[in-house]
Amino acid sequence: MEAVHDHDHHQPAGLMRYVTTTNHKDIGSMYLWFSFVMFLMGGVMALVIRAELFQPGLQVVQPEFFNQMTTLHGLIMVFGAIMPAFVGFANWQIPMMIGAPDMAFPRMNNWSFWLLPPAGILLAGSLLAPGGAGGVGWTLYAPLTVQQGMGMDMMIFSIHILGMSSIMGSINIVTTILNLRAPGMTMMKMPLFVWTWLITAYLLIAAMPVLAGAVTMTLTDRHFGTHFFNAAGGGDPVMYQHIFWFFGHPEVYIIAIPAFGVISEVIPTFSRKPLFGYASMVYATASIAILSFLVWAHHMYTVGMPVEAQLYYMFATMLIAVPTGVKVFNWIATMWKGSMSFETPMLFAQGFLFLFTIGGFTGLVLALTPVDIQLHDGYYVVAHFHYVMVAGALFAAFAGVYYWLPKWIGRMYDERLGKIHFWLSIIFFNVTFFVQHFLGLAGMPRRIPDYALQFADWNMVSSIGAFGFGFSQIFFLYILLKAIKSGEKAPEKPWDGATTLEWTHLPTPAPYHSFETPPNLKD
Amino acid sequence: MSSQSGGYYLPEPSRWPIVGSIGIFLMAFGAVLTMNSVSGGWYVLLAGAAVIIYMMFGWFGTVIGESESGKYNKQVDVSFRWGMSWFIFSEVMFFACFFGALFYMRILSVPWLDDAETGTLLWNGFTAGWPVSGPGITEQFTPMGAWGLPAINTALLLSSGVTITVAHHALKSNNRAVLNWFMFFTIALGAAFLYLQAVEYSHAYHELNLTLESGAYGATFYMLTGFHGFHVTVGTLMLIVIWVRCLKGHFKPEHHFGFEGVAWYWHFVDVVWLGLFIFVYWL
Repeated sequence: MEAVHDHDHHQPAGLMRYVTTTNHKDIGSMYLWFSFVMFLMGGVMALVIRAELFQPGLQVVQPEFFNQMTTLHGLIMVFGAIMPAFVGFANWQIPMMIGAPDMAFPRMNNWSFWLLPPAGILLAGSLLAPGGAGGVGWTLYAPLTVQQGMGMDMMIFSIHILGMSSIMGSINIVTTILNLRAPGMTMMKMPLFVWTWLITAYLLIAAMPVLAGAVTMTLTDRHFGTHFFNAAGGGDPVMYQHIFWFFGHPEVYIIAIPAFGVISEVIPTFSRKPLFGYASMVYATASIAILSFLVWAHHMYTVGMPVEAQLYYMFATMLIAVPTGVKVFNWIATMWKGSMSFETPMLFAQGFLFLFTIGGFTGLVLALTPVDIQLHDGYYVVAHFHYVMVAGALFAAFAGVYYWLPKWIGRMYDERLGKIHFWLSIIFFNVTFFVQHFLGLAGMPRRIPDYALQFADWNMVSSIGAFGFGFSQIFFLYILLKAIKSGEKAPEKPWDGATTLEWTHLPTPAPYHSFETPPNLKD
Repeated sequence: MSSQSGGYYLPEPSRWPIVGSIGIFLMAFGAVLTMNSVSGGWYVLLAGAAVIIYMMFGWFGTVIGESESGKYNKQVDVSFRWGMSWFIFSEVMFFACFFGALFYMRILSVPWLDDAETGTLLWNGFTAGWPVSGPGITEQFTPMGAWGLPAINTALLLSSGVTITVAHHALKSNNRAVLNWFMFFTIALGAAFLYLQAVEYSHAYHELNLTLESGAYGATFYMLTGFHGFHVTVGTLMLIVIWVRCLKGHFKPEHHFGFEGVAWYWHFVDVVWLGLFIFVYWL
């Protein structure tokens, strides 16, 4: 079939192949590599932060630059690393998993990716603007954003472009899932990864335009004399927070839900059992998505909301623990009496399960208004969301890369090195972030380059962990390159428990065009 | 590569997306430079816009060519329908953001500036109400009345919703003369709307002293009506493209999603205007 089609490829070679490609696999690979580059860039910024915090006092950077580092680290990791990584998975996997030839809009798919480099250049390039990047935190709160220099404008436009990319990517994903499924691939037969992306794409389409509106108001407040966030003109800086978090809380799930999807593929495969409670997983994911739009002000307990509002947001937030709990119990029940094996993807899935659950529990702690008022803007919060973002989303991405790499490149990674990568990551992750819970409970504020002496010991431990974690990821790059260059040839189905279409209906490595004709999956 | 995979059209590699990305980058960077009064910024901005326009001609031209040569089957048509629906949904959320800001200011933040503590300690003498510019702005303005130009504009846009529907029915019954005329009427109504909106803005700036800097009312008024006006402009341009295509004999009674997509967009712009008329101008 391949040979028949090869002669009518007018595909440009070399770099232009990737610039002009309309192929979901090429685009998926570009997303994943872009995300890895941004991950390393954001990681270096994290190390600048941790280097400064290694000891009390100011040793490495100036406070202004420290603030720019925390801001860019957050924005780059969220918008540049984690989100594109999962869009990369979506691009590679969704057409293969539902029996489609490609994405629904292949050219728009290309544009969704190629909007990322300009956005990344504006974002990282803002450091070079006069006055540097905005040192405002990734949440870009007014009125501080209104008082920044030119770098702030570059960041605002970068967010506009990232939003365009996300919206187009999401429209593509939704349309592909709704319209390009193979005959017999009914909605409730779709792999859970596909379901999670359908729901995530909906969240993106609903949330990203709101962020665009928020930063647009910031822009007009900065340059065109509007008073959206200025009380003198009847506006309110707190309004920025409301609008931002109306986007921001769903954003948390935009990051987490595709991670749930990857985990929901990996755990059944390596337990050699079907996913426990498939339908309840779908409903739980949808419930999380809906609830995520109704809880945003739990990020704002200290701005002076009426106590009735605080109570509502507290209880609504705690409600999310119910569907999340359903998911965690289903993953555990999937493993129950399974014939389990612990290859690297499964190890990362286990790491995810333990550490994401810890992150979920600390989230529950922070949902409690009276507790949060004590911990707000402190290191407990930093520890909490890094458990969700790093041990949650990033570990799921690692699990996904190790799981699908044989299908993508036709070669195996080195299992021993993969396991070492896992153990280095999970140990250094905990060295870095577990101790930050102590710092937060002891009262250390976040986004501060200097701190009181009593925080010195745990900060030193945390910084050592951070550098260890950082170097472990260079090791990951080595594992990847080794697999691509000289990995053992992968068997047709390296994971005997895998049941989804890409393993059962396609050769390894997957052909350039997945399904020229859709497989018939009826009965 | 442009293989008919299972009948689903997969386009060949395309250079238009990267051209669009370069255009977007130049526009964004040019806007940053211009806003910060860096000389030459305008040129970068305009160069970016030119690249975007070039990209649109090229990309849409390709799509129209593919559509007219019958490459899009029923399934591709359904994809376009889903795609356009979700795009309009994202636009709804964008406007929801600014409507949210309007309601937040009117219902919450402006009254808070007048309540017991803030009112006496911070902004003594400020009385909340709407329309208002805010306690720190001394310059006076006259709010825009609803029953002058805005009411005429409402009538124009609603009529354009009728004319485009007539055109659509004419297209479905293959009555090309009526189609062409009613497309023209729709465009004329859209252009008239934009002209009156420009007159209204000029009136607001010169006679009412209502500007972007007129606090809560000015900011929400101009941002909401301005973004809406921008969408009407885009919609009108889209209508013009569709009209030219109609004149060239494009579209068939059973296959004309390009037309329908633009009609959906036009109705969406219409509905947003009704929200604006009620909450920005009238109430």
